[in-house]
Amino acid sequence: MTEEKVGVYICHCGNNIAGTIDVEAVSEWAATLPHVAVARDYRFMCSSLGQELVEQDIKELGLTRVVVAACSPHMHEPTFRKACERAGLNPYLMEMANIREHASWVHQHDKEAATEKAKALISGAVKRALELSPLEPSRVPIQEATLVVGGGIAGITTALEIADAGHPVYLVEREPSIGGHMAQLDKTFPTLDCSSCILTPKMFDTGNHPNITLLSYSEVEEVSGYVGNFTVRVRKKARKVNTDLCTGCGECWSRCPAKVVDTVYEAGLGYRTAIYRPFPQAVPKYPVIDVENCIYFQKGTCKACEKFCPTGAIDFEQEDEILELEVGNIVLATGYDLFDARRIPQYGYGRLANVFTSLEFERMVNAAGPTGGKVVLRDGVTEPQSVAIIHCVGSRDKNYNPYCSATCCMAALKFGHLVKEKTDAEVYSFYIDVRAAFKDYEEFYNRVLEEGVHFVRGRVAEVTDAARQPGEEGKLIVQVEDTLIGKQRRIPVDMVILMAAMEPRADAEEIAHLFGVGCSAAGFFTERHPKLDPIATMSDGIFIAGACQGPKDIPATVGQGAAAAARVLTLISQGEVEIEPVRAIIDEERCSGCRICNNLCPYGAIDYIEDPGVSRVNPALCKGCGTCVAACPSQVITGQHFTFESIMSQIEGLLYDVSNGHETYAEPAPLETA
Amino acid sequence: MAENGKPKLALYWAASCGGCEISVLAIHEKILDVAEAFDIVFWPCVMDFKVSDVEALEDGEIDVCLFNGAIRTDENAHMAHLLRRKSKVMVAYGSCAMEGCMPGLANFYDRERIMQFVYHDSPSTDNPDGVEPQTRTEVPEGELTLPGFWNTVRTLDQIVPVEYFIPGCPPEAKWTEAAINAIISGELPPPGSVIGMDVTVCDECPRERSEKKITRFYRPYEIIPDPDICLLDQGLFCAGIATRAGCGALCPQVNMGCRGCYGPNEGVVDGGARLISAIASVIDAKTPEEIDAVLDTLPDPAGYFYRFTLARSLMERTRLERQNGHKVARPLEEVPRLDPALKE
Ligand SMILES: Cc1cc2nc3c(=O)[nH]c(=O)nc-3n(C[C@H](O)[C@H](O)[C@H](O)COP(=O)(O)OP(=O)(O)OC[C@H]3O[C@@H](n4cnc5c(N)ncnc54)[C@H](O)[C@@H]3O)c2cc1C
Ligand code: SF4
Ligand code: SF4
Ligand code: SF4
Repeated sequence: MTEEKVGVYICHCGNNIAGTIDVEAVSEWAATLPHVAVARDYRFMCSSLGQELVEQDIKELGLTRVVVAACSPHMHEPTFRKACERAGLNPYLMEMANIREHASWVHQHDKEAATEKAKALISGAVKRALELSPLEPSRVPIQEATLVVGGGIAGITTALEIADAGHPVYLVEREPSIGGHMAQLDKTFPTLDCSSCILTPKMFDTGNHPNITLLSYSEVEEVSGYVGNFTVRVRKKARKVNTDLCTGCGECWSRCPAKVVDTVYEAGLGYRTAIYRPFPQAVPKYPVIDVENCIYFQKGTCKACEKFCPTGAIDFEQEDEILELEVGNIVLATGYDLFDARRIPQYGYGRLANVFTSLEFERMVNAAGPTGGKVVLRDGVTEPQSVAIIHCVGSRDKNYNPYCSATCCMAALKFGHLVKEKTDAEVYSFYIDVRAAFKDYEEFYNRVLEEGVHFVRGRVAEVTDAARQPGEEGKLIVQVEDTLIGKQRRIPVDMVILMAAMEPRADAEEIAHLFGVGCSAAGFFTERHPKLDPIATMSDGIFIAGACQGPKDIPATVGQGAAAAARVLTLISQGEVEIEPVRAIIDEERCSGCRICNNLCPYGAIDYIEDPGVSRVNPALCKGCGTCVAACPSQVITGQHFTFESIMSQIEGLLYDVSNGHETYAEPAPLETA
Repeated sequence: MAENGKPKLALYWAASCGGCEISVLAIHEKILDVAEAFDIVFWPCVMDFKVSDVEALEDGEIDVCLFNGAIRTDENAHMAHLLRRKSKVMVAYGSCAMEGCMPGLANFYDRERIMQFVYHDSPSTDNPDGVEPQTRTEVPEGELTLPGFWNTVRTLDQIVPVEYFIPGCPPEAKWTEAAINAIISGELPPPGSVIGMDVTVCDECPRERSEKKITRFYRPYEIIPDPDICLLDQGLFCAGIATRAGCGALCPQVNMGCRGCYGPNEGVVDGGARLISAIASVIDAKTPEEIDAVLDTLPDPAGYFYRFTLARSLMERTRLERQNGHKVARPLEEVPRLDPALKE
């Protein structure tokens, strides 16, 4: 190894690093490390001049390894790898030491310690760099078709963009119709255009597009493969209706005697029948039989739908269908669930009749909803005289979800306006802060203020029907500390609307596991980079769009849906993908076939080969995460680019000041020698 | 080399149970070849030699020394240094010499605690005067001495340089034989090698295994295992996954999980850590409570994972109290090795 020549580059990152770390001193010190041929510090290593510095040294000094001490490799590893490649050095011989996030930023108040830590990180990086080996990426062709999971506005947008560009799309939707939450909404903030008026044409286009295969009432069961070449198994649940014959005339559901509370589309506010189409504009237009509530399936007699269907489309014998799809890319657009307001018992939802959730209210004000658009109490007739709207129910609350759901303030403003428009009621909006960022939102807030909605600042403590003062009988009393006047207030109202949080889908974790993507602490799918790559995931070829990535409103959702399409189209047009060589390799000669690793790979990359009884990593699936490498009790799995030698050397390097005796320590206990 | 042209062989035992000595004899009639091929100059367990016989030898005069047992006392260390100086090839024979084995488990305690328990607190101790062994004791006839008892058990190669390692508690006869053959024929592997295999026990185990998911562990008396299915798959702790092969999977074949006596596989730095991360990876539990519940079925985890390898592990021993200025664990290289006075 004596002939290795390492170049070490220490970035000032403007003042981000140089403001805390003595970069000149670190650079001088680095030059003295074994095998280091040159050490330099520079204002911005990522600038073209900084990169040229590296390239020049590789060419002129014959560097065989490069260490860049700068920011996180998440940020600039690709930058410096490319610089090395341009100068003819294998890009995998470059190592980064993160002296910004790991030293200068976290030790801003102790410059000396930050400088020492930077040295340790660089020492580790140099030692590790010496153990690196050149690696070559491989290339595989890409399947043209794309799978979109979830047919809300996000999935619809993605599917249409890709299909319009001329490529096939499979759109898998779990419910009988596409549309998602947007189909439930009445008006949309801030412009108050009618939600279904703007959504229906898109749903129609999706259902009729020659490039889109719509698989409604279907779910993905299994995913295997890798970017460019996924194999997906989809279960098409039996509708019990032959869609070749059905015309969507509605005879069946108008005759169905079974009444079921519709907890999905009507958010629990209305009923549907056992054979049903969720809403008139549904795409596709065909109904489904909800077997669990169908009298025939449960009791053995009825078949009213079959009797009345003019085309004989009802098929009680229909079975689920399993489809195998080959796709190159996958977009997850599975949306969100509404927070279950029962979890906050003091707000009384489920116990006090006139406490409603936001989605129930959306259905109530909708002209096509259960009340025909009338704002009434649970009795179905009485118009409220006063309405309380409570913000942040289950959001910004460390007991439930610490995050802000981003849309509820605006929806609450919208509700204030709609109540005012449809009734003479007084409206009280209980808020912590009104979050009205983005275009035209603040203006909408001002408009609602002018319309006379009362805003009370404070988190509501309780909603109760226990009257204590005159005027409270028969009312719901909202108990709140009004933090603007510093007083406890009890405000009697007829109706309470809870602006429940947007939460990750109840099955988000399972879906994440199925597709091999991550979930954040809150449970939303994790993007590759929160700022620079909010659409991609850590799994190549799998993208996320809409509310499944985090709470957001329709404009942001549509933006992400289109962005996901753009990302997919880029890959399709490239025709093939490069596969990172950083991955695990099993030494099959030495694998004892213990099968410890078989179940561990989050990407399903490990197969067990019965004969001769060894395990094998599929290089196209492996992401090099290292899980199996750490677990193999025989230590016969090597993580390329993260070999044992490179990790141990890095640790040795990190501890250079200890192992060089700069730090002294006492013998744990003196030995008694004769 | 002796005048008769035979290479000189020494065998010695330090802190060990004696099983290694027996295992040398387990090569059966092959022992006659050994006696034929070697001039045995020191084997106190079997023949009447004195330390002075070794001291009388020239430095490097012994061709091969098979040293079994860990280093627990001053005497063990003294003999290790002496034999090292007198031997061309030093072999750490068996698990104690190689990785500390059972004696090494004492590193979970320290000298004071061990003395306290053995001479005072143990239920079977009858010691009304509270007598403890002393390195020097005056008696009417003169002074009696005992070797000092170390705070920490060491492996042989932590004390002196070692050329070869033969694993096992005790080593299987075929590997002893292989080592002897190699020495006789002069076809020796590079110094520092372990004489043995580079796969793990599962490789030699005939049991059928599946993807692993452990929902609880059983003690051997709790269930009668299926004779054909991997013990670990049945919830019986088996260290075979992380243990160097060579024994022929003896224990698993008689329904007893591998204890790990052959130590970790080739190239592994810390066998216990390997075993822990493998077992932890296949525990089928999601929440911390569920994980705890599974682990509660594994009594004495430190003993299970480090049964044979504690003294050689990265930890070496339990740090019972922090010493002044003692900031980090000691790198392995820092362990006292060759006594400078004895260095050739
Ligand atoms: C009360 C309320 C009022 C709102 N009002 C407005 C407003 O006025 N203006 C505005 O801009 N925004 C509003 N929003 C926000 C708006 O609802 C969201 O921005 C938008 O619906 C997000 O769309 P999406 O496609 O990401 O998710 P969703 O609408 O949730 O769609 C996801 C789709 O995926 C399907 N799906 C889920 N899991 C699977 C699976 N595993 N397999 C197959 N399919 C699956 C679902 O059935 C659903 O059809 C409001 C939100 C609430 C709660
Ligand atoms: S390193 Fe191992 S566990 Fe991780 S992706 Fe590759 S094969 Fe799977
Ligand atoms: S864990 Fe290691 S030894 Fe066991 S099957 Fe996997 S690769 Fe083979
Ligand atoms: S019983 Fe033990 S040695 Fe045999 S296959 Fe199972 S884990 Fe491996």
